[in-house]
Amino acid sequence: MNIIRPIAATIIGLFLGLLVTFFAGENPLNVFLIFATSGFGSTYDFGMTLTYSMPLILTGLSVSMAFKSGLFNIGAEGQLTMGALAAATAGALFTSVPAFIAPIFAGICAALAGGIWGGIAGYLKAKRGAHEVITTIMLNFIAAGIASYVTVYLLKDPNTQNPQTIPISPNYKLETFAFFDSAPVSSALFLSVIVAILVWIFLYRTPLGYEIRAVGSNESAASTACISISKTQILNMFIAGSLAGLVGVGEVLSRAECFKLDFSPGYGFTGIAVAFLARGNPIAIIFSGFLFGALQKGASDLEIFTHNVTSDLSLVLQALIILAVSADGLWEKILSGKKVKL
Amino acid sequence: MNISKNQVAFEFREVTKTFGKIIANNKISFSVPKGSIRALVGENGAGKSTAMKILFGLYKEDSGEVLVNGQPQHWSSPRDAIKNGIGMVHQHFMLAETATGLDNIILGDENNTLKIPFLPLSLNIIDRKKAKIRIEKIAKKYGLSVPLDIKISKLPVGMQQRIEILKLLYRNADILILDEPTAVLTPHEVEELFTNLKKLKAEGKTIIIVTHKLKEVLSFTDHITIFRSGQVIGNIETHDATEEKIASMMVGRNVNLKPQIPNGTNIKGPVLNLTDVTLKDYKTKDSKRNLLNKINLKVSGGEIVGIAGVEGNGQSDLLDLIFHPQKYFGKKTSQTSSASGEISLLGIDIKHKKSSEMSNLIVGFIPEDRHVDGLLLNMSAEENYILGRHWERKFRIGFLQNISKIKKTVKKEMELYDVRPRNSELLASGFSGGNQQKIIIAREFGKDPNFIVAANPTRGVDIGAIEFIHQRIVEERDKGVGILLISSELDEITTLADRIIVLYEGEIVAEYKRNEANEYQIGLAMCGGLPQEGVRK
Ligand SMILES: Nc1ncnc2c1ncn2[C@@H]1O[C@H](COP(=O)(O)OP(=O)(O)OP(=O)(O)O)[C@@H](O)[C@H]1O
Ligand SMILES: [Mg+2]
Repeated sequence: MNIIRPIAATIIGLFLGLLVTFFAGENPLNVFLIFATSGFGSTYDFGMTLTYSMPLILTGLSVSMAFKSGLFNIGAEGQLTMGALAAATAGALFTSVPAFIAPIFAGICAALAGGIWGGIAGYLKAKRGAHEVITTIMLNFIAAGIASYVTVYLLKDPNTQNPQTIPISPNYKLETFAFFDSAPVSSALFLSVIVAILVWIFLYRTPLGYEIRAVGSNESAASTACISISKTQILNMFIAGSLAGLVGVGEVLSRAECFKLDFSPGYGFTGIAVAFLARGNPIAIIFSGFLFGALQKGASDLEIFTHNVTSDLSLVLQALIILAVSADGLWEKILSGKKVKL
Repeated sequence: MNISKNQVAFEFREVTKTFGKIIANNKISFSVPKGSIRALVGENGAGKSTAMKILFGLYKEDSGEVLVNGQPQHWSSPRDAIKNGIGMVHQHFMLAETATGLDNIILGDENNTLKIPFLPLSLNIIDRKKAKIRIEKIAKKYGLSVPLDIKISKLPVGMQQRIEILKLLYRNADILILDEPTAVLTPHEVEELFTNLKKLKAEGKTIIIVTHKLKEVLSFTDHITIFRSGQVIGNIETHDATEEKIASMMVGRNVNLKPQIPNGTNIKGPVLNLTDVTLKDYKTKDSKRNLLNKINLKVSGGEIVGIAGVEGNGQSDLLDLIFHPQKYFGKKTSQTSSASGEISLLGIDIKHKKSSEMSNLIVGFIPEDRHVDGLLLNMSAEENYILGRHWERKFRIGFLQNISKIKKTVKKEMELYDVRPRNSELLASGFSGGNQQKIIIAREFGKDPNFIVAANPTRGVDIGAIEFIHQRIVEERDKGVGILLISSELDEITTLADRIIVLYEGEIVAEYKRNEANEYQIGLAMCGGLPQEGVRK
């Protein structure tokens, strides 16, 4: 795989981003230094970068997985909401599950909930022909509605003003590593990396993963080869949803220890960028997820350490990087010294 | 136009083009005089399409030069080639399926500006009325009449091809490149095409056709350029050539063009059985006739049954019915068509079988259109080889794929079928048309099926490979495999089939044993001519 192009694109995107901060009235060098150090300045900073990266890797995988069979999953946000809500509900209600199995149980609940949420879109696509982009967006709204109903009416934590569910019972908690100071990095860190590797194996080394890619490559040829398109699409969206649902493990079991309404700063949407930058390669997603995690961390620090830059800049930067990456053909032309016609 | 015999339309001088390690064109040199028809022949992957794509500005040569009208060309894209009067119809058509013929022809044309009255402005808006009038004029002149207001996807391939050609003429092309133009046409359409090309030649246009059909080459070209493994190994005048001579030059050995194949003797029980199958069509309201009407067809193990017929007389419907029966027989009958009658495959009633259940019945299938139904173009040769066979025991270890076994098998098969290049990791799209077909055939025969459906199995395949594929089909038959052969090449059917069935307007109108009827008689039946002697139905 060509690794230079996405890196070059990232640097160009970053450069354009700094230009924007210049116009916003900041010293771009200063902004760059904050950016460069904020993600890695201390073990805590690094821990926070990891914390942001973990969900992004999972949502990146989710988007990429759906894309392998030709589906565009805009619904990772809703799927991770359902996943986190399921993990928190399990942790709050089934208090007697023994500690050695409880986190796994919560993880399964999260994956299932996200999977069902994705699977619904898959079903509607396969059996009813409803376009997945529309249905996943709608399902995002429904998930948000369910989440706020549960947090406000059903499982509201009475000890706080904030809209969040009652805390999970202690046997569900994942220990955070002392190394990262107070940053909530737990063994969930490995989950993202292991899942990425498993996704790679699934897609490129199993007959089922092969079917998904075959459908994405040529539906008609796949169905001639007796591969059921509808089954594949449903399965594919289920798996994509469950990957996003797994975000709930880290976010609930080690970070918040409950479900906080609006805990996600748009992980599901940034996941699209993560998948795009990595060109859908599950292993590359580990790295692009990490990059976007660092961006997220840098952006939240910028807000604190500068006057004119808000965390919205992170979004601007992400958008610029995506634009830079998607202008791929353009770089090729520029590099080959041809005249560029727009 | 004033054409002297010596004027050269274009010339290749020592042109070399490589793709990585593959040398597609190796110092090729040849020239084509104006106002002539030139055939390019050669085995699959010999570099014919590549050379033409260089002329058309799609590829840039590594070294050497191409002269057009005596001038060295330095084009960076087809746009420049088109400006200089070169047009190309590709092996696989490049039309926008959802747009009309008119839109396809004027698409990308820049000389069609609309003057705005009373203003010193001329907008780059296409004046469709003017364009249409011009196209109709051209069409009339060359006898290329086509419906211009119908979507491409609704037109038969012959019409689509006319539109491709009109597109070139509309752009004033003087040099017309046609890459395998007859591969998808019916015999009648082929004849029409040749008549048209001759008219164009008389106008002074230069025509290059890339083809594997030697009969056609002999019947209407002026010169023949022969390619072998990336080199031009000879130019001969057509009136000095014979099929055998061209074939042996192409392949480098003698080829038996008309082998005598004996009848199959290893006859087993029936593998396909259709009884009174009728397929009704509700799409066209006024249609009184059925897509398929009371078809009774039996294929036994160990015999080759050939279906002859002009394209569009029910062959595709028959195939679809065999492979997707639930679409027509199922409870949720689709609105557009429904079937009645009995259909069984390998002794099993498949009327209500879903595609996943069908996969248990091992049937080899070589589809009509390899790009649509046969290949995953953006995946590797290996991944294409296992399509539909990915659950086979030998390709798995439990739930994992046995990658090393897959690689080994594919390498061996590529050797056996002489797929070039021998690179199992190359994407399917990187193989030439004929080599793509070989990959499909290797895969389907490798299934060890009891029944094989072969639709145009040698479409776009060179004669050396045709010989080989035909041998393989006969070998399978002699092993006791039942084979249903559908082909637009009457030649292929009379050579291979033990039994020939003629489809006309969805009905079986005639049936012959091997050597019972000549091609003329069959041809007549295909067009709904009067039943001949020896006709059973
Ligand atoms: N885009 C490409 N990338 C890599 N290899 C290519 C590409 N196009 C062609 N080739 C290789 O170059 C060689 C010549 O291919 P070409 O398509 O010119 O053959 P051809 O003579 O037209 O064959 P056919 O009769 O099968 O169409 C083949 O070995 C082919 O695999
Ligand atoms: Mg070719």
